[in-house]
Amino acid sequence: MVGASAAGLAAAETLRREGYDGTLTLVGDEPQAPYDRPPLSKQVLAAQWQPARLALRPPADLAALDLDLRLGVAATGLELTERTVRLADGTEVPYDGLIVATGVRPRRLPGAGAHVLRTLDDALVLRDRLGPGVRLVVVGAGFLGAEAAAVAWRLGAKVTLLEPAAVPLAHAVGAEVGALLARAHVERGVDLRCGVTASEVTEDGVRLADGELVESDEVLVAVGSQPNTEWLEGSGLAVGDGVVCDEYCEAARNVYAAGDVARWHNPLFGTSMRIEHRTNAAEQGMAAARNLLRPDTRKPFAPVPYFWSDQYDMKIQAYGYLRGHDEVAVVDGDLAEGRFVAAYRTGGGLSGALAVGMPPRVLRVWRQAIAAGAAWGEAVRTDATVAGA
Amino acid sequence: MKVELEADKCVASGQCVLAAMDVFDQDDDGIAILLEDEPAPELLDDVKEAIAVCPAAAIRLVEQ
Repeated sequence: MVGASAAGLAAAETLRREGYDGTLTLVGDEPQAPYDRPPLSKQVLAAQWQPARLALRPPADLAALDLDLRLGVAATGLELTERTVRLADGTEVPYDGLIVATGVRPRRLPGAGAHVLRTLDDALVLRDRLGPGVRLVVVGAGFLGAEAAAVAWRLGAKVTLLEPAAVPLAHAVGAEVGALLARAHVERGVDLRCGVTASEVTEDGVRLADGELVESDEVLVAVGSQPNTEWLEGSGLAVGDGVVCDEYCEAARNVYAAGDVARWHNPLFGTSMRIEHRTNAAEQGMAAARNLLRPDTRKPFAPVPYFWSDQYDMKIQAYGYLRGHDEVAVVDGDLAEGRFVAAYRTGGGLSGALAVGMPPRVLRVWRQAIAAGAAWGEAVRTDATVAGA
Repeated sequence: MKVELEADKCVASGQCVLAAMDVFDQDDDGIAILLEDEPAPELLDDVKEAIAVCPAAAIRLVEQ
């Protein structure tokens, strides 16, 4: 396994659990044992949790996996025909099977001095700079930027949130839900500025495309991620916004990919996707490991993606593949009250459901309908409030 | 084997319920509840699946 975060660890554990007792090498470029990332923009940034709480497994459980653990060393190359992975320390690791789980890294803006939020170190550095009265500019009002803005606001920072789109997250969750999430910032006094493009980070803040300087003490750039695939250049693996895999998560013979870096064909939605969600990392790591270990009984990886986000007092949860949806309908609760379920239509099918403030069993029914490939007309009554797309 | 659940780490994803509905449930806020902390041997595979898919690493199986 190359990549020692959630997907790589899940693959390693699955291989052991399913009876593989050979050499198992886990390579990771960060020095820490596998740790959890979602709390970085939540409890860690809020200084509620110490880093030790993020360990994905206690040391004893990790030791029980009997891994050849190579931490703090990045993979730099892959020889498919020789079946070896080259590492930054000059060593080569031979393999019979390979799982690529090298994840993503944050996109950045021109200019120096801005924070990003991907690793534990990133989170600790930003955490130590936040506090009452600190002027923070967050570039990008996606899920990560919104969570960080919410935490910084709670810590008493003066937060400005810059977003190029007219409505934050509209492409992901639809304009109406995006507007609700935007309102949560505005109601609390976060200065949300939509339709503005940040072009550069300067010593004094963020320079916008129209020349205006948004002054700040700290800048967090949260404008999306790019897959860590450079080390695969020239290897022969197909790379195109991620490692390109088939529906089994296989990229080449005995080479699989999992987690944020993997682009695979999800037969449930009939489309190629790359999912940067925590639950997908584990599920895909497990699926890739099983298919690698037992090719004769391998199964297509056809999950219903799931994500959650904590912003202020809201927990947002969603199942499905919402991107590119054609229509949104509020099917339960009330959007204005911030307590609702929204269903998403793509083509003629139910492609997703998103809930805020609803009990879990309500959303579970929608997950089942998505997993069953329900048609929109079957799943959504025609009297539902249609929000349009 | 005994199941341990750190409820304050739980993120209410419900992944454990999908994997092992005889062992886990969720309260109205979505936080996981342990229905059976010493599950029967035939449920252990489901519990191990729940541990693997839990996005908060909030579940452990410990030797008694």
